[in-house]
Amino acid sequence: MRTIAVLIRKEFTQIRRNRIMIPAMIIAPLIQMIILVYAANMNMRDIDFAILDEDGSATSINLISKYSSSPFFSLSGSVNSLDDAEKLLKGDKADLVIHIPPNFENSILNQEKADVQFLINGINSAAAVLTASYAQNILFDYNRQLIAGFSRPSSVSQGFGTIEVNYSHWYNPGLDFKIFMVPGILVVLVTLVGWLLMSLNVVREKELGTIEQINVTPIKKYQFLMGKLIPFWILAIIELGIGLTLGRLLFHVPILGSLWLLIAFTAIYLVTVLGFGLFIAAISETQQQVMFVNFFFVLVFILMSGIFTPVESMPDWAHYVNIINPLSYFMRVIRMILLKGSDFGDVWKEFLSMGIFGVVMITLSVRSYRKRV
Amino acid sequence: MESETIIEVRDLVKRFGSFIANDHLSFTVAKGEIFGFLGANGAGKTTAIRILSGLSSPTSGYVFVAGIDASRYPEQVKKSIGYMCQRFSLYEDLTVFENIRLYGGVYGLTLKEIVLRSDEMLSRLGITDLRDRLIRSVPLGWRQKLAFSVAIFHQPNIVFLDEPTGGVDPVTRRQFWDLIYEASRAGITVFVTTHYMDEAEYCDRVCILSEGKIQAIGNPVELKRSFNVTSMDEVFIKVARNA
Repeated sequence: MRTIAVLIRKEFTQIRRNRIMIPAMIIAPLIQMIILVYAANMNMRDIDFAILDEDGSATSINLISKYSSSPFFSLSGSVNSLDDAEKLLKGDKADLVIHIPPNFENSILNQEKADVQFLINGINSAAAVLTASYAQNILFDYNRQLIAGFSRPSSVSQGFGTIEVNYSHWYNPGLDFKIFMVPGILVVLVTLVGWLLMSLNVVREKELGTIEQINVTPIKKYQFLMGKLIPFWILAIIELGIGLTLGRLLFHVPILGSLWLLIAFTAIYLVTVLGFGLFIAAISETQQQVMFVNFFFVLVFILMSGIFTPVESMPDWAHYVNIINPLSYFMRVIRMILLKGSDFGDVWKEFLSMGIFGVVMITLSVRSYRKRV
Repeated sequence: MESETIIEVRDLVKRFGSFIANDHLSFTVAKGEIFGFLGANGAGKTTAIRILSGLSSPTSGYVFVAGIDASRYPEQVKKSIGYMCQRFSLYEDLTVFENIRLYGGVYGLTLKEIVLRSDEMLSRLGITDLRDRLIRSVPLGWRQKLAFSVAIFHQPNIVFLDEPTGGVDPVTRRQFWDLIYEASRAGITVFVTTHYMDEAEYCDRVCILSEGKIQAIGNPVELKRSFNVTSMDEVFIKVARNA
């Protein structure tokens, strides 16, 4: 125990003396949150649209005004032919062209079927789906107004009984993307601070040669590894605190569940990823190698963790990969605890999995670390 | 002057693939001796010293250090030795005292012992004022002497020095050897590798290594006499020519 304490003390002295480390720990979450939460926003605003109005009637202008007055759309121009419309799409001047054919007003006034065509840039499929659904919603609203205007109240109640769907979005009532993203960013931050900084630190000692001096002492393998793991484990938990405070102050992220439960899960999670980092450091010789290998795993794990896109919509093989992706567990648990207020009964399976992972990774790292060459 | 053997090596072989770094080395070192391991770069000195200090394992052969089989119980050996390698090994971003405290702590000394011994050590070296300076800002000559002093801080039976005076000016080298003599007088066996032949003159016994094999072993005075030359430099050249 005393040996580990001696090693931890040394590590903290070095961290304290590193001029970049401590400021980076505070500035990094700040910048990441601001950039990622605002920039990686999936809600769409100001979708550029153009008009191809072949009707030119009061009704068509009325419909167009519904779009131009919506905060989601911004009018970028009007064209006179389908060819011109296509040019706008190709030139990225518009992502949506609303095509109103001739006789639009006449059909409506005669209470016949009237057509409207949407031409949508489908390169980003997620954006295209959202554009289509926003555009449709406005059209449906307009449609409903028309029906209400034409029908006598009695006929609505007799013939066209409508089913109205009302939504109530639980856990994130405003469907605020920020509230969804902040916990995700926290996962990334905590992971990077622990995993990357620690494995770089271990390999740096290999490069400098100081590790040889340590290897020639009677320090036991587990003592050395704990001496590396514990300081970065503490740093990463502090980083969680910093990130959570910022998320609360800047984005009013709710903390519905128990903070202690979250810290407990983070603690176990960190043992797993730090163990993984130690394992990679043990088999790497240079900082370059360790960065490259870590980068590969970190990137894959982050993308598959469900930070941006729901894990449920990933293919089957991705589900299997996620069984061994510690980030996907943490991503799920942190959102459950913070946003839904889930308690231990809801996340005990994740606790168990992470506990097993932790034991496996630590064993692996102790076994792969060599005091001899 | 037959005294207790503290290092015994028999038929030590170390291969890296088809390359034989140590080819059937056999020698003994007596307790309290200053034993020099001489050879050109690539002669196999570092390989051997790493095996003796438990950092590497031999391909075959027997290696006993302080009565312990170093190939089977390297961790036991590590308790009774000190080690300083050619690559500089104190932490540059820690102060002199923090380095001492780290290594003292690792060898199980109490903080009180560490403070007491380090004060004594620093005043003996005359560098009490460097106590709280970062190693990074300590002059190279002093760093080397400090690294040696830290390597014997826990008072080991044997200290292994792998080219400890590499890149150091001649004056500092002399001072470094004064420290080695001091340690030897205190009963610590010194096992040192070097390719400076003037340093070979300072050793009680030397072993000249070339291409992984022992070419000559003995007291510097006897070696010079048997090769009929006046300096170790000439002994080395003659040995190298024969190899």
